[in-house]
Amino acid sequence: MSGELVVLWTDALIFLLLVVAVGFGVYAAGRPHLRGPWGAVVRSRVGMGTLVVLAFYVAVGLLDSIHFQPGDGNGGPAGAEVVSLFDTLVGGLRARQEKSYSAPLATRLYTKENIELPDGRTVRDYPRLRYGGAHLQDPESERLPDLLRLSAVGIVKGLVVSLVVANVLIMLLAGRNRSDYGSQARQLLRGRTGIPWRVALGMTTLMLVLVFWSAELAAKYHLLGTDKVGEDVFYQALKSIRTGLVIGTLTTLVMLPAAILLGIMAGYFRGWVDDLIQYTYTTLNSIPGVLLIAAAILMLQIYMSNHADEFNSLVERADLRLLFLCIILGVTSWTGLCRLLRGEALKLREVDYVQAATALGVGHMTIITRHILPNVLHIVLISVVLDFSGLVLAEAVLSYVNIGVDPTMNSWGNMINSARLEMAREPIVWWSLAAAMIFMFVLVLAANLLSDVVQDAFNPRLRNRR
Amino acid sequence: MMAYIVRRVLYAIPILIGVNVLTFLLFFVVNSPDDMARMHLGMKRVTPEAIQTWKQERGYDRPLLYNDAAEGVGRLTDTIFFQKSLKLFQFDFGSSDSGRDIGYDISQRMWPSLAIAIPVLLVGLLVNITYALLIAFFRATYIDFWSVVLLVAMMSISGLFYIIGGQYLVSKLLHLVPISGYDTGWAAAKFLVLPVVIGVVGGVGAGTRWYRTLFLEEIDKDYVRTARAKGLSEPRVLFRHVLRNALIPILTGVVVVLPLLFMGSLITESFFGIPGLGSYTIDAINSQDFAIVRAMVFLGSVLYILGLLLTDISYTLVDPRVRLS
Amino acid sequence: MHKADSPRSLPTPFRFFLLLLTGLLLTGCSEGPWNNPYRASESGRSIVYSSFSERPKHLDPARAYSSNEYGFIAQIYEPPLQYHFLKRPYQLVPLAATGLPRVTYLDESGRPLPDDAPVEQIAFSDYEIRLRPGMRYQPHPALARDGEGRYRYHRLDRAVIDRLNTLQDLPATGTREVVADDFVYQIKRIAFPPLNSPIAGVMQEYIVGFGDFAERTGAAYQALKRKQGGKPWLDLRDYELSGVKVLDRYRLRIRLKGKYPQFRYWLAMPFFAPMPWEAERFYHQPGMERRNISLDWYPIGSGPFMLGENNPNLRMVLEANPNYHGEAYPEDGDPGDAEAGLLRDAGKRMPFIEKAVYSLEKESIPYWNKFLQGYYDTSGISSDSFDQAVQFSDQGDLALTDAMQAKGISLQTAVTASVYYMGFNMLDPVVGGESERARLLRRAISIAMDFEEYIAIFNNGRGVAAQGPIPPGIFGNEEGREGINPYVYDLVDGRPRRKPLEEARRLLAEAGYPGGRDRTTGKPLILYYDTTSAGPDGKARLNWIRKQFAKLGIQLVIRASDYNRFQEKMRKGTGQIFMWGWNADYPDPENFLFLLYGPNGKVEHGGENAANYSNPEFDRLFVAMKNMEDGPRRLEIIRRMVRILRRDAPWVWGFFPKSFALYHAWYRNVKPNLMANNTLKYRRVDPRLRDDLRRQWNPPIVWPILLGLLLLVVSAIPAVRVYLRREGSSAR
Repeated sequence: MSGELVVLWTDALIFLLLVVAVGFGVYAAGRPHLRGPWGAVVRSRVGMGTLVVLAFYVAVGLLDSIHFQPGDGNGGPAGAEVVSLFDTLVGGLRARQEKSYSAPLATRLYTKENIELPDGRTVRDYPRLRYGGAHLQDPESERLPDLLRLSAVGIVKGLVVSLVVANVLIMLLAGRNRSDYGSQARQLLRGRTGIPWRVALGMTTLMLVLVFWSAELAAKYHLLGTDKVGEDVFYQALKSIRTGLVIGTLTTLVMLPAAILLGIMAGYFRGWVDDLIQYTYTTLNSIPGVLLIAAAILMLQIYMSNHADEFNSLVERADLRLLFLCIILGVTSWTGLCRLLRGEALKLREVDYVQAATALGVGHMTIITRHILPNVLHIVLISVVLDFSGLVLAEAVLSYVNIGVDPTMNSWGNMINSARLEMAREPIVWWSLAAAMIFMFVLVLAANLLSDVVQDAFNPRLRNRR
Repeated sequence: MMAYIVRRVLYAIPILIGVNVLTFLLFFVVNSPDDMARMHLGMKRVTPEAIQTWKQERGYDRPLLYNDAAEGVGRLTDTIFFQKSLKLFQFDFGSSDSGRDIGYDISQRMWPSLAIAIPVLLVGLLVNITYALLIAFFRATYIDFWSVVLLVAMMSISGLFYIIGGQYLVSKLLHLVPISGYDTGWAAAKFLVLPVVIGVVGGVGAGTRWYRTLFLEEIDKDYVRTARAKGLSEPRVLFRHVLRNALIPILTGVVVVLPLLFMGSLITESFFGIPGLGSYTIDAINSQDFAIVRAMVFLGSVLYILGLLLTDISYTLVDPRVRLS
Repeated sequence: MHKADSPRSLPTPFRFFLLLLTGLLLTGCSEGPWNNPYRASESGRSIVYSSFSERPKHLDPARAYSSNEYGFIAQIYEPPLQYHFLKRPYQLVPLAATGLPRVTYLDESGRPLPDDAPVEQIAFSDYEIRLRPGMRYQPHPALARDGEGRYRYHRLDRAVIDRLNTLQDLPATGTREVVADDFVYQIKRIAFPPLNSPIAGVMQEYIVGFGDFAERTGAAYQALKRKQGGKPWLDLRDYELSGVKVLDRYRLRIRLKGKYPQFRYWLAMPFFAPMPWEAERFYHQPGMERRNISLDWYPIGSGPFMLGENNPNLRMVLEANPNYHGEAYPEDGDPGDAEAGLLRDAGKRMPFIEKAVYSLEKESIPYWNKFLQGYYDTSGISSDSFDQAVQFSDQGDLALTDAMQAKGISLQTAVTASVYYMGFNMLDPVVGGESERARLLRRAISIAMDFEEYIAIFNNGRGVAAQGPIPPGIFGNEEGREGINPYVYDLVDGRPRRKPLEEARRLLAEAGYPGGRDRTTGKPLILYYDTTSAGPDGKARLNWIRKQFAKLGIQLVIRASDYNRFQEKMRKGTGQIFMWGWNADYPDPENFLFLLYGPNGKVEHGGENAANYSNPEFDRLFVAMKNMEDGPRRLEIIRRMVRILRRDAPWVWGFFPKSFALYHAWYRNVKPNLMANNTLKYRRVDPRLRDDLRRQWNPPIVWPILLGLLLLVVSAIPAVRVYLRREGSSAR
């Protein structure tokens, strides 16, 4: 693949987040009091199932976060268009643009048009799609058998791949537990393993079958139809995953330094520092969030139009707006975490070993980084998980009132926003709305279930936070 | 008690000043008064003189934060910031950039907002508490399990879906209520039914789940076990003891949002064409009427702080163990 | 644990719920469909239902200038002239005047000249307007008098004012006859600087003494303001505007500098409607404005309607003015009008309706749905509901779909007197300027921007691709060879056909950007497009525009911003490519060609020439054409001007949108008139038919709700079973 790598701001932050998460995983693995709760999450069946679903979402999101400018194919200089690795993987979806609306798996447009017949007459009919089902001679009779055939192929492929995955897993487990393949397989299939591998495998199989089935169909048809300008809705929904994930995770991440620093400082130093920090976050909290976001987004737009030269491409502009939205959403939501950390720091401050360290004259910075920070980290992670689903839903609402992500960016909120117009059509165009809702629903449901598990595992007390 | 309230009210003042400074900076960095004038004077044939008079009429012809031309204190007071902020604190919101009195509009538009928000709150409470009690009663059965699944599923659906879907189904397909609009007096009922029902349904997921947790926590406590051991029937235990004690957090949770009910709901109101404060705000954002947006930000902050105050007070009322310190 | 007294609060929600249910039942029991958004008492009455999407900013005729404002005030205020309702091309007919103004040309010394005098000799033109006697203002508190003939409400107590909520709180009303003084008073108001009339700048150029008057009254006002503070009332009757004279009670004369035939179009706009001085006196009492009681909110006119209810948060209601002098429905129209039933009311006294209710409707979707349910009488067609409403017949003509026809809905179409264009900023170093290179680039883009496709996708074919700046129906627009832009189109079988893309690529290469890359530097050509659209529909549109440029290998960067920023960019000339529109003020080519007149340049002169196009030859021809009467000579000059424009291509000519209007069977006397705004008085409705159809179209369907309730009950069954089982086990 030729071309120049482009690292967008959010890409960088996503991978930073990934590194941090992996780093924390390694760190926590060595410490039983941290490993315990996460172990509990993994051992729960719901936890395992949702993790698998989330993993698929994250995979798409990560693939979609590696951007580059493709060369012109002859080793010439790269063009201005920025595409992601994911785009090239599903390249066909992106390129196969129809003229206007078409229903899911349709072979003809959704609206009638004037078609010029070879003999010069024009008739008004539903024209054939340029790509969807274009390989069929007579769509009316061939479509259904073709769909069934493709589905069967896809499902079989999915099953084969999951079989391979299952075998690899069993062999790995057998190797680790020093048992033979057969007994390990029996254990797993009866659900007698400590970690619910059976659920994990079942979920993986389901997802893989879905992936291959949709891949098979999407290659020949528009799986979820096309939108007003003929773009594939399935592709849009997939592209929106990244936006949802970015909003859900980076929002907490970008405000993390401030929240951690201020929260711990307030709790640790108390006195006027505490007063000042409390004052700051109470003030910020008092402003109705939507209004703050609206004003900030407006400001960003103005900054962008004044500094238009700094943004080389639309993707970069949209990306910066996304990042900014994360920041401003963070500003409106960091106070909860800050307050929580302050309370935790207040408690930790009185703990024996911290008192002892203070008595020994250890510096404040050292105490904070050595003793307090490591003990509040799990709160941070939990709050990332807890806030996630709310933020994904918030994105949709904000985009809906036009103060969300850039209108050129694929996001579920933008899809729903356009769907509002489509609902008024007759016959109704429902697939954009349905696609956005389903993709969002699955992600948010998984995140909600996971956050329940995480809360139970960690600290039932935290459950009351919302 | 009085002294405590006075102290809390005084504490609110610096916060409001902070809010004010922040919003002022945000809005005036975004939009210079010249921009506003052009926006509001329309697009055809605008002269610089017209802009000047427009600014003058609305008091935007002063410097933003610091007035070089003035003397002494006037350097700080004879500025847009000071003049506009002072009036806010007197709850004199002035006139909007398009020339209407904001205070008058707010007093007109808060009633439709309340007409939706209060029924949603009350009916929502009733439904959620009832459902949560039922779940608590059937705890650890498959009813509990599937109810929780249902609740989590319901709260994972975007609120937009309830609104879009509800309007499509009830108004467009079934012809049961008008699609959008509003009327005064009792005639408003037919416009309010659907938004209220949607508001309640959209809130069932999160609300009931939260109340269920509260009830279950209460059920595990010793006194409940004692009551049950005494031979009280299960429904009695639930109503007498569990509900009663769980009502404290429920109530304080409600009190904190009470003042904010005035602000209305942005999405619902604009979607159903209800002329409340929520749609007022959205319109102001869209038309960049900063006088209104600032007034609403200020009002929102005041109400938020009021909510916190009420919560504190209600805590001390329902639970004297909380000291007023 | 402490007791909480809250359980007692539970009955309240119950009670409320009951109230809500009763409310629902009550509305359900009333006659007619359940989803009727209007009150039941309004059924069977001659009421027009329409909507407004945005609170009109100004209802003061000296300030209002946008179409949503005209929707109201054109029904209320009566200027001297109006456009004939039926005749095309647009024709001015008298309204408040008894006839068209008598124009006399004068030379430098004030001596009359013959009508065909050359333009250079004409120093002044006099417009004499003779008014219709017996016109009276609507009932209004400002005109109310007490027993002794003094104005009742001109010296109100501050305390009384502070209690006012609407104008209706002042019960007594009065009226008086409209006289020539009132017209003069209004012209003075246009000149009065504190009012910021949007046409003050234009009028200053033409009306004699206008600028001088503005200066004197402006200064007097400032002095008065310093003395009294607030917003004092300056009685404009005390100041003379030398160019505007009252000849007698029913006659006035306006003297213009030079020759300005377009002036008569201005006389058909509400700017020149009469305004009684009493109104200003009344509204300027201190404290009125804080109660939102001002001329901007409560108009006082002599037209067929008056503003009855004025609640911009909910609805505005126009009611028939009981003092209306009564105008007759036109007796003659275009051929075909009689067959279309448009002359059925000929000669009858207007208006035919008692009331018009405008509900606030922000979004197009609910509006469209309510139209289909019969709750609005008429509707435009948004691009999304187009397929539902309109289809092309086999011949490619437009017709309503069967579903619409079954409902008895009719369709009206008209090419609007407006233009949407894509402009190049001529000050820009890349796309602008006089250089041949930039010109070729512009022409290449003109070919690539396939506006036919644009119209098809985004306007559903509701538009005509433009060949130049002048829309059809306006003098100077031509058919045939002369009507074709030879740089973009070829004439094939008498029809314009867009030149092939190869031609555009060739031009681009000739301009020095083969394949979209600069020949000298090798860098890709990146152009910038400024826009304000951000919504979901905007996204598709921007994508489409980007694709057009990509066809040539040009990368288009889209800079979206809000309208303010966009305007600022236009003013500073930092934009590069943009799309904008223009709605004509009056049906004259001057009103379009002036958009490209050099001295109207946006950056330098703050005018409307956003492209900042300036061509000395064009400017010279423009001055010559401007004040000419329509005729072959004028056409020849316009031809030459259009040729220059096509060659220079400062705009991609874009398209002239077509307006489509749908209306229900009960709504009559509809003919699209893009110039006239005061068309409400011609309308007639058949309320009985409307009520019948509404009932037929909106049967309430209750069973799904009952089914839902049933499901809820069924879902409780397992719970009951568990309960019973548990009871049983505990009893054991």
